[in-house]
Amino acid sequence: MGLIEGRFEPNIIVTSTDAIFNWARSRSIWPLTFGLACCAIEMMATNASRFDLDRFGIFPRPTPRQSDCLLISGTVTAKMGERLVTLYEQMSEPRYVISMGSCANSGGPYCDHGYHVIKGVDQILPVDVYIPGCPPRPEALIDGFLKLRDLIMKETIAKPSA
Amino acid sequence: MTIPEIFNILQEKFPEAELVLEENNPDPIIRAKCEAIADISLLLRDDPDFSFDSLMCLSGVETVEEFQTVYHLYSMLHNHKVTLRAGGTKEEELIVPTVSHIWPTADWHERESFDLFGIKYTDHPDPRRILLPDDWVGYPLRKDYEPQKTWHKIPLTAIDYKEEDNGDES
Ligand code: SF4
Repeated sequence: MGLIEGRFEPNIIVTSTDAIFNWARSRSIWPLTFGLACCAIEMMATNASRFDLDRFGIFPRPTPRQSDCLLISGTVTAKMGERLVTLYEQMSEPRYVISMGSCANSGGPYCDHGYHVIKGVDQILPVDVYIPGCPPRPEALIDGFLKLRDLIMKETIAKPSA
Repeated sequence: MTIPEIFNILQEKFPEAELVLEENNPDPIIRAKCEAIADISLLLRDDPDFSFDSLMCLSGVETVEEFQTVYHLYSMLHNHKVTLRAGGTKEEELIVPTVSHIWPTADWHERESFDLFGIKYTDHPDPRRILLPDDWVGYPLRKDYEPQKTWHKIPLTAIDYKEEDNGDES
C-alpha cells in the first residue's frame, strides 16, 4: 500500500485525486515481457503493428519492477508457476493479473491429463481479468485490457466505507 | 549395406551380445543385450564399413512386457540406416550403458528418457532430469504413473466446481 491509500474519507479532493490517478494508471498499463506458450504468439501479434497495443498506452517492460500487469499468456506448468509467483511478488503495487487463454484460465486442453500443468493460474495468483479462447484473438486480448482499464477506473484511494 | 548384412557382421564380432534380428517390422530391428550396447555403438560408428555418424533418435519405449531404449542410426557417408533396441522386463530397473560419449546428442536424449520413463544410463556425464523439476516424484510416461496432487504447495488438480456447487445448495 502506498502512503496515501486508505487514509482519507471520500471527499471532493480525494475523488478528484482518484480521477487523476486512475486515468494515469489505466492509460499506461505496462505488462511484463514474457510469454508461456502458443498464446504468447497471439500476444506478440497484438503488440506488433497491425493491432498496435501501444495506442492504448500498453507496451511491454523488461523487468517486473517497472510493470503494472502480469499477462499470463499460456500454459502454466508447475515449474513455471513457482517462478510466476516470484515475478508477481517483485512487481510494485498496484499490480494486476490478466489470465489469457484456456490454459491459464482452467488448464484448457491439459485439464484432464496434464500432470505438470496448474489447472487455472487463479490457484496461485489473484486474477483480475480472464480472457477465454484457445488462443484468444488479438481483439479479445485488447478487450481484456479494456476490461482491466474499466476495473482500474473504479478504484479509489479513500478509506473503505465501513 | 542392408540390415541383415550388418546383423551378420555384428553377430560374428559380438557372440556374447545375444543379438536377435526382429523381422516383423518393415525395417528389421537388431535387438541386443543392454550391456553390449555401448560396444556395439562404438563399432558401428568407427568401422569404416558402417560409419554410423549420426544418432537420429534415441527413444524410451514402454510396451506391455518391458521398457526399451531404441536407437535410430544413420550413416551420411553410406546412406544406410539401422535400428538398435535394448530392453528389459518391468520387474527390475532398466540399466543401459550410455552412448553419450559416442554421439554427444545422446546426452539430452538419455536424460529425457530417464526423466519420463526412469531408464537409467550408466556412466552418463550428467544424470539429472531434464524437463521436470529435480524433486519430481515418479516417471510420467509410465503407464502406472500416479500424478502428484501438489508440488511445492502448488495445486496440480482441477477445482471440482460441481462438488462445490452441491455443497452450497445443501
Ligand atoms: S489456451 Fe490454447 S493457444 Fe493458449 S497456450 Fe493454451 S493451448 Fe496454447
